[in-house]
Amino acid sequence: MAYSEKVIDHYNNPRNMGSFQKDEDGVGTGVVGAPECGDVMKLQIKVEDDKIVDAKFKTFGCGSAIASSSLATEWLKGKTVEEAGQIKNTEIVQELNLPPVKIHCSVLAEDAIKAALNDYAKKEEVKSSASS
Amino acid sequence: MKLPIYMDNHSTTPCDPRVVEAMLPFFTDKFGNSASRNHSFGWEAEEAVDQARKQIAKLIHADSKEIIFTSGATESDNLAIKGVVEMYREKGDHIITSSTEHRAVLDATKSLEKKGVQVTYLPVDKAGMINPDDFRNAITDKTILISIMLASNEIGTIHPIQEIGKIAKEKGILFHCDGTQGVGKIPVDVQELGVDLMSFSAHKIYGPKGIGALYVRRKAPRVRIVPMIDGGGHERGMRSGTLPVPLVVGFGKACELCEEEMPVESIRIAAMRDRLHEGIINALDEVYLNGHITQRLPGNLNLSFAYVEGEALLMGVKEIALSSGSACTSATLEPSYVLRALGVGSDLAHSSIRFGLGRFTTNEEVDYTVDRMIKAVNHLREMSPLYEMAKEGIDLKSVQWAAH
Repeated sequence: MAYSEKVIDHYNNPRNMGSFQKDEDGVGTGVVGAPECGDVMKLQIKVEDDKIVDAKFKTFGCGSAIASSSLATEWLKGKTVEEAGQIKNTEIVQELNLPPVKIHCSVLAEDAIKAALNDYAKKEEVKSSASS
Repeated sequence: MKLPIYMDNHSTTPCDPRVVEAMLPFFTDKFGNSASRNHSFGWEAEEAVDQARKQIAKLIHADSKEIIFTSGATESDNLAIKGVVEMYREKGDHIITSSTEHRAVLDATKSLEKKGVQVTYLPVDKAGMINPDDFRNAITDKTILISIMLASNEIGTIHPIQEIGKIAKEKGILFHCDGTQGVGKIPVDVQELGVDLMSFSAHKIYGPKGIGALYVRRKAPRVRIVPMIDGGGHERGMRSGTLPVPLVVGFGKACELCEEEMPVESIRIAAMRDRLHEGIINALDEVYLNGHITQRLPGNLNLSFAYVEGEALLMGVKEIALSSGSACTSATLEPSYVLRALGVGSDLAHSSIRFGLGRFTTNEEVDYTVDRMIKAVNHLREMSPLYEMAKEGIDLKSVQWAAH
């Protein structure tokens, strides 16, 4: 299968690859997928004042999965939590020119974003209930 | 050294220049139909076909009359299995094969199952080998055929063909062997192995694409099959159609070269294969060999690189032609059924790469491949959340994954 230039670029030069400490304040972590299915994405956001100031990913999966999560971290940075929740997998498909058999990679990236946002929201809830 | 590097010789091989040279006159000057009995053009072609048939038969220790030309091993597999079942259906309706056969065999048996034929699929052990006792236990009084491959196209494991042949003979069951990956690479003697039918193909042994053969035993027992293609009664009535004389000549030459060069070539290729394997495992941890440690084809190396996905790995070494058992590289989105049958976990099946070394592989290419694989695996492991978790001491099997 021929990959789009953008996929190849993300593969060779992954953006924001790495990890935050999960228990760090303001960090939300989403891990989706399963090794048996051939892809696992870990996506993390760091939030300050409701704004995503940094994002990181690590992905086990094909080139399209790596590119989808790498692109997602680029898009997440600078967005508010609410804006981040509106990122759609179809936008990733479009940006990376993913073929139909690779659409599930973009779905996984969207799921990873949602999982990271949920984790962040949960941590915030615990924090506010602890402080009240 | 030229790029890209071809290291996918299980898939196909380049034509040996000596094979091409032998074929060329038969496209133009010597273009006769080998079935034309009335003029010199036909005689010339017939003589060339006879010679090729001898060269091919010699490679597997058969008689040249026992070689039936087909379009390739897929056709040979279909002809053997369907042809035997149709011919001997009154004697029984049960056939035995293994779960790791090539698709050409498995799809043929599946199609027969739809027609009411009973099929037993023998399991394989961790090294991909069938146990002859399992075969013995699967036999019923209705069993007419067993079909087992000589060597696996994915993991290179060589099955205990001689033992299976002995049991088959003892029980009066016909034995078809798909020899596609083994013939020309390892010594094959159909008498010694006790094989009654054997499929193989030219393009896996540096011959042209589009031609294969089915060995059909003529004595003890005389095997009969119902043809799938009717016509002029060519190939002893088992496979009609004008013979592609240039391809036949090329096939013959390819077999002759394999026979002459095998003793030296197989050692040279196995040494390069081991050099590749050692180069990789000396630099990387958690790399697992799929297949049998000793009983395997000289040019085969199938490795799983834990925590990285096969297709992503291929992408990282795209100037090297390789193949992966990862789901992402298959049309079905399922990881390799062969690796799954060995009990390799889906995760490691997704991480598998098949290296296929051949006649034209060089040490320089091997060293380049080692270097590129190490870099690509390290690049992907650095990116892999699984590698990170494993290094933190988390047992990946204990994690509740959100499967999708």
